Amino acid sequence: MNFEFLGEYWHYFVDGTKVTLLLSIFTVVLGAIFGTLLSLMRLSGLTPVRLLATAYIEFFRGTPIIIQVFLVYYSLPQLIEGFRFPPFPFLEQYGGEFTAAVITLALNSTAYVAEIMRAGIQSVDKGQMEAARSLGMKPWMSLRLIIIPQAFRTVLPALGNELIVIIKETSIVSVIGLGELMFNADTVKGSLSKPFEPLIIAALIYLVITFTLSKLVGRLERRLKRSHA
Amino acid sequence: MLNIKNLHKHFGKLNVLNGIDMEVDKGEVVVVIGPSGSGKSTFLRCLNLLEVPTDGEIMFEGISITDKKTDINAVRQKMGMVFQQFNLFPHLSVQDNITLAPRKLKNYSAQQANETAADLLRKVGLSEKAKSYPDQLSGGQKQRIAIARALAMSPDVMLFDEPTSALDPEMVGEVLDVMKKLAKDGMTMVVVTHEMGFAREVGDRVVFMDGGVIVEQGPPAEVFTNPKHERTREFLGKVL
Repeated sequence: MNFEFLGEYWHYFVDGTKVTLLLSIFTVVLGAIFGTLLSLMRLSGLTPVRLLATAYIEFFRGTPIIIQVFLVYYSLPQLIEGFRFPPFPFLEQYGGEFTAAVITLALNSTAYVAEIMRAGIQSVDKGQMEAARSLGMKPWMSLRLIIIPQAFRTVLPALGNELIVIIKETSIVSVIGLGELMFNADTVKGSLSKPFEPLIIAALIYLVITFTLSKLVGRLERRLKRSHA
Repeated sequence: MLNIKNLHKHFGKLNVLNGIDMEVDKGEVVVVIGPSGSGKSTFLRCLNLLEVPTDGEIMFEGISITDKKTDINAVRQKMGMVFQQFNLFPHLSVQDNITLAPRKLKNYSAQQANETAADLLRKVGLSEKAKSYPDQLSGGQKQRIAIARALAMSPDVMLFDEPTSALDPEMVGEVLDVMKKLAKDGMTMVVVTHEMGFAREVGDRVVFMDGGVIVEQGPPAEVFTNPKHERTREFLGKVL
């Protein structure tokens, strides 16, 4: 093992890490918002809405994410004449690939978050909704102020797990040539003909990110628990 | 104030309410008693449409709340409800439990809402608990906070669904005391309860329900000492 190449190639890993983190942040935020909305659709009393949400969730949970990436990245431009993924606002340097990657990862994460939030919402006692409604709150306000905060607290460990999964799964978008951590490690590997060392560096960086986040989530969990002990 | 006509509620094939007619006047305290499964809780829950009646009409302050066009959310703001299981919001402090609805629905400022909450907490004797969370309270304290929360919307009527049934015996008194004070202040109340002492002492009228109908009603002194119906006698014989 010899890591001397880092002296010359370190910026590949720094740049890659930056892209990986940006991808993860956008995916988490979009996944959390749309996942929560989808979980409400999944619990809707309207059968067509519920079926649509269920179909969405089953598709994105039941097919490999690598296929989803290819489907979004290659099929949209084929289906729509002249369509190209526009560069992501403020991150134009990463090209349309970044946009396609965020869209795919967010579509995928939405499905997982929806299932987590559904379980959380169902775990809230139905008396909570009745109390909110009996005060005169409308359904949406009751969900927003009473049900979802409690559901969120219950499923925080599962959401933390999803966060870590997302960070690792961003590596899949290296297949469309976006220069995130995995892609850059691969680039270094190719140009040096060193099979292991660049991958070990990348793995360590992923580990540092996920480990830090799992500690932060753990701390948040303890704080929320204390605040309504 | 409340005018209920021919109220029916069916759950599938199960007929829980089979035609209830009742009037509740402003300032009146109506206590609903009856054996388990008599439909008294369902009846109460129909009054603010937590259960949607199968048939019949409920008028509240001249508005038909069973009419689909009525904005039930606006009506509910005038009807406070207290539950057997308290249903306090566990993620909010006592103060936020009380102020949430006035702030969000009546556009109270934070200060205005906090002042209201302080008044109500004094009324239920729990001023020192404003910053506590529901998990830190005893059952009796929770129920008193739940009453304060409902009162924060300044309702015209208060509905109580077996408010002391989930309490340890030594905490029943403190909740009933708050309810007595409320009755004395002239609040209109409909109370479903097993507390016969409360019914006798505070009720202006006692309603005995069985099998989804009102079997007998009248002033407590009359119903308790001289029940007219065999079923009322039988029930009172068991619980008194």
